[in-house]
Amino acid sequence: MNQLLKKYPEEIKRILAKYPTEQKQAAVMPLLHLAQGEIGFVSRTAMQEIAEITGVTTTEVASVVGFYTLFHDAPEGKIRLQVCTDVACDLRGAKEYLANLCQQLDAKPGETSMDGFITIEEVKCLAACDRAPLFQSQIGNELEYHENQTPTRTMDWLRSMSAALNGTPLRSSASIEEAPATKSTDGGGNE
Amino acid sequence: MSEFVLLRHREIPGLNQLKTYVANGGFSMWKKVVTSNKPEDLVREVKASGLRGRGGAGFPTGVKWSFLPNDIWPHYVVANADESEPGTFKDRELLEFNPYQFLEGLMLASFAVQANDAYIYFRGEFSQIAKKIDERIAELTTKGYLGDGLYATSYSLRVHTHVGAGAYICGEETALLESIEGKLGQPRLRPPFPALSGLFNKPTVINNVETLANLPYIIEKGSDAFRRHGTDKSPGTKIFSLSGRVNKPGNYELPLGTTFRELIYKHGEGIINGATIKAIMPAGASSTLIPATETALDTPMDYEATSALGSPLGSASVIILDETVNISRLVNSTVHFFKHESCGKCTPCREGTYWMSHITSRIESGKAKKEDIDLLKVVASQMQNKCLCALGEFSIMAVMSGLQHFRADFDARLES
Repeated sequence: MNQLLKKYPEEIKRILAKYPTEQKQAAVMPLLHLAQGEIGFVSRTAMQEIAEITGVTTTEVASVVGFYTLFHDAPEGKIRLQVCTDVACDLRGAKEYLANLCQQLDAKPGETSMDGFITIEEVKCLAACDRAPLFQSQIGNELEYHENQTPTRTMDWLRSMSAALNGTPLRSSASIEEAPATKSTDGGGNE
Repeated sequence: MSEFVLLRHREIPGLNQLKTYVANGGFSMWKKVVTSNKPEDLVREVKASGLRGRGGAGFPTGVKWSFLPNDIWPHYVVANADESEPGTFKDRELLEFNPYQFLEGLMLASFAVQANDAYIYFRGEFSQIAKKIDERIAELTTKGYLGDGLYATSYSLRVHTHVGAGAYICGEETALLESIEGKLGQPRLRPPFPALSGLFNKPTVINNVETLANLPYIIEKGSDAFRRHGTDKSPGTKIFSLSGRVNKPGNYELPLGTTFRELIYKHGEGIINGATIKAIMPAGASSTLIPATETALDTPMDYEATSALGSPLGSASVIILDETVNISRLVNSTVHFFKHESCGKCTPCREGTYWMSHITSRIESGKAKKEDIDLLKVVASQMQNKCLCALGEFSIMAVMSGLQHFRADFDARLES
């Protein structure tokens, strides 16, 4: 039984209706967003279910997950904290800001804090270059911008979120064993 | 500037409410356009306006539309809202604060090429904006601006959103089409061009958000009014995204042809701490580094004059560098950006950006020798004109111009 289809029949119908009937593959990305929204990453089972709905192979779905940086195939911290350090942000101190945060969280970019609560990531341009340093938070599939940051401001926000979300790490969820072992972090396989 | 064409929300509070937008002239021509049923009039007016694509290429919009064949159907219109060039943040402001003007533009473009389905491709980071736009599309459908058999004619128009998931390359129009089709965002070999075989292999027009937002003004006020701003070859206003080492970064809507000096010193209020300006990147990370000479500062920012300086105007994401910026560090940053964003399809870009990033990292770490700088130049020049799409070509711009104009910054980093 396709759990995704069972759980979101209306939503999936609405997504499929956006595209010509013979072009179901176009629904792969919106369905991945839907699946990821629930647990913060796309499980192997969800990939199989999306493949089934769209008539493509699971491999094709998995390759899309691997190509795009906002799709994740493994559970990480409950909050993904994504800092842009590209040219324009770097010119406003984003690299130093990131380094400071990493030190306070005791995690390198790409790593998750000890309590499993925060994954800190160095990301590419977020289109808010005039309000750097900034980060984007990803909680489930909810993205939010936090502009004109200082390490203190960010840490205060993290502490308040930690309290609000009880700091329960996603890592302890039962679905962890579903995660595939490997993941390419960028399309070019350059990492 | 006294009259905004695009950033009108700065003068009209609540312009992102349909009621306010309509009260201020929004959708005033839509019903007439649809009921008079003369799409060719729209194409003619937009051609006459001289509007050029604001996403980067500067191609005349009306001419682009006229490439669609009339014997292959359906036609599609795709709005490119994948704004991701480092230094560009203009479309985001339009989508959040003046969304109906963009949507009206998309609708006019769709009618002009007789498309019944239009797609908006948002970068993944804009998912909240996309949600809002979904609500606005639903509202426009309820109110009869969108839907089937509009105003009792046979014309139907549906607008759909599609959200990406973090890939700079999807701003490239054929990669964007692949991404809508549910595939990896990798550019297609051209020809065929999207005008002939685009989305789902059908004739497709792809226009940038800002380009589309110009259309309601052109259709309502006419091409002559549009041409009152800007230059003869680069008519209209443009949103300049100013960032980097200036006191007042932000979006500034100015006539094309405004000088760099006016943007940086009048609107941007000069350089942080009164430092000396060093270089300008007029087109974001894809830009050539232009040394900030008096001549450069007095150059008008239009498509022709900026190109003559050595860099395309692109999407006009103007990044300012001052004397505190070491160009080697900056180049390391742009190279790493392109290495991360290379889609991996063509070898010169995939391998070239990878090896360049190793060399620039080595230079930055202080462990490089003079030969490494020569090697960087060799790798970059070997990529030139060999990449499948512009991303690869853009990746060497800062490298080549940085080495040409600011070699001392690299030498200073060498192992002593």
